[in-house]
Amino acid sequence: MHGIPALTLVVSTVGALLHPVVGRLRRKQRHQGRRKTLSHVDDHLLRDIGLSRTEMIARRILEGLQFEVTEAEDGSKALEICQQKLPDAVLLDWNMPVMDGYEFLGKLRRLPGGDVPKVVFCTTENGMDHISRALQGGANEYIMKPFDKDIVMAKFQEVGLVALSEESPL
Amino acid sequence: MTPPDYEYLRKILKDHSGLDLSADKQYLIESRLLPLSRKCGVAGIGELVQKMKGGSSSITAQVVEAMTTNETFFFRDKVPFEHFRDAIMPEMLKARANRKSIRIWCAAGSTGQEPYSLAMSLKEMGAALAGWRVEIIATDLSTEVLEKSKSGVYSQFEVQRGLPIQLLVKYFKQNGELWQIGPELRAMVQHRQLNLLHDFSQLGTFDVIFCRNVLIYFDQETKINIFGRLAKAMEGDGFLVLGAAETVVGLTDVFKPFPDKRGLYRPSGARAGSAQPATSMPKIAAMAGR
Repeated sequence: MHGIPALTLVVSTVGALLHPVVGRLRRKQRHQGRRKTLSHVDDHLLRDIGLSRTEMIARRILEGLQFEVTEAEDGSKALEICQQKLPDAVLLDWNMPVMDGYEFLGKLRRLPGGDVPKVVFCTTENGMDHISRALQGGANEYIMKPFDKDIVMAKFQEVGLVALSEESPL
Repeated sequence: MTPPDYEYLRKILKDHSGLDLSADKQYLIESRLLPLSRKCGVAGIGELVQKMKGGSSSITAQVVEAMTTNETFFFRDKVPFEHFRDAIMPEMLKARANRKSIRIWCAAGSTGQEPYSLAMSLKEMGAALAGWRVEIIATDLSTEVLEKSKSGVYSQFEVQRGLPIQLLVKYFKQNGELWQIGPELRAMVQHRQLNLLHDFSQLGTFDVIFCRNVLIYFDQETKINIFGRLAKAMEGDGFLVLGAAETVVGLTDVFKPFPDKRGLYRPSGARAGSAQPATSMPKIAAMAGR
């Protein structure tokens, strides 16, 4: 990866929320010794909006991996962000108002350099048909909800966002 | 769990499966046996032990099974499967070009993720294997995990760890929340119940043996014995694959490591000791009927 990998997290909450919350993660280069900065505004934003538990878990997992969480709104807002500066990866939900994940994916891939970011779907859409469409649309990986930390790690390893670590025998 | 109970369980496990738990693995026993006690309708580990001491071979068998099953997932550790694809199979295609046949043994097949990962890797090789016969034998001490492996059915959690999404879509069929690996891949794996402490010469000789994350439980003497018998079960130009934290170095010279390929070994040609299993235990014969 060149420079600081930026991960755009595009999620949509399940339930009553009107506006999906989108997160961007900026991975720190540890060897440069930069301090991790949490986006406190986003923390409050998350709590105020009542972000669903799954998204909180995703955020915590990604923070644990030393990605800095920055958030954007629906697919349309995420696309704007990508048009300004392409991230290295996008964690993408499917069902979002304004522009859904599948439409965002297509538009992202058509941007100059848009084939580079790793796109990992993370969605309640668990059907084979959705997964196939996502892959045909250019997604790199696909996380079905419910997921856990091990799954996120494994999928991020698949696409090269985190290094493989040693397995412990027990 | 009282210290005497822990010691009793350690001894039983050592006798029945070679599993050698160090002094501080109470948490492991608790995490595996508390659910079992609930299943058996007893209050806790103390009662399980009482029943075992009272002669219940069924409870003893279930305790051993609960302690020896090992969590596994598809393409676990990744690197061994890269070795399989990039080092082992290319060489086997050359070395067995006349025979056009390869025998692979997964010596701790567990719930099947390892043998099926190999099956998928073989399928991905496509036309290179046209006309070849590749046998995968998966063995395990536990009949329960073997049944699951035969079914090839996995949960949504299980198919998301280690399995690239492209392979999931290609080789599995979705059935509600469950995923089943396709019949063509299930047909590539034969299952046998086997205790590694026993004689396994009846399985024949293999070109590739995966023996990952199972020998770690055994004591040194048992490990050395098993390595010796694995070497005899392997063709002279075969490959042995161990788990990431394992090694033969310092234990035996019947295998030699590849310096640049972690976990990969091949027979050195040095003579092993006895061809016999380390000990014969009458108790195991009683368990064989389960």
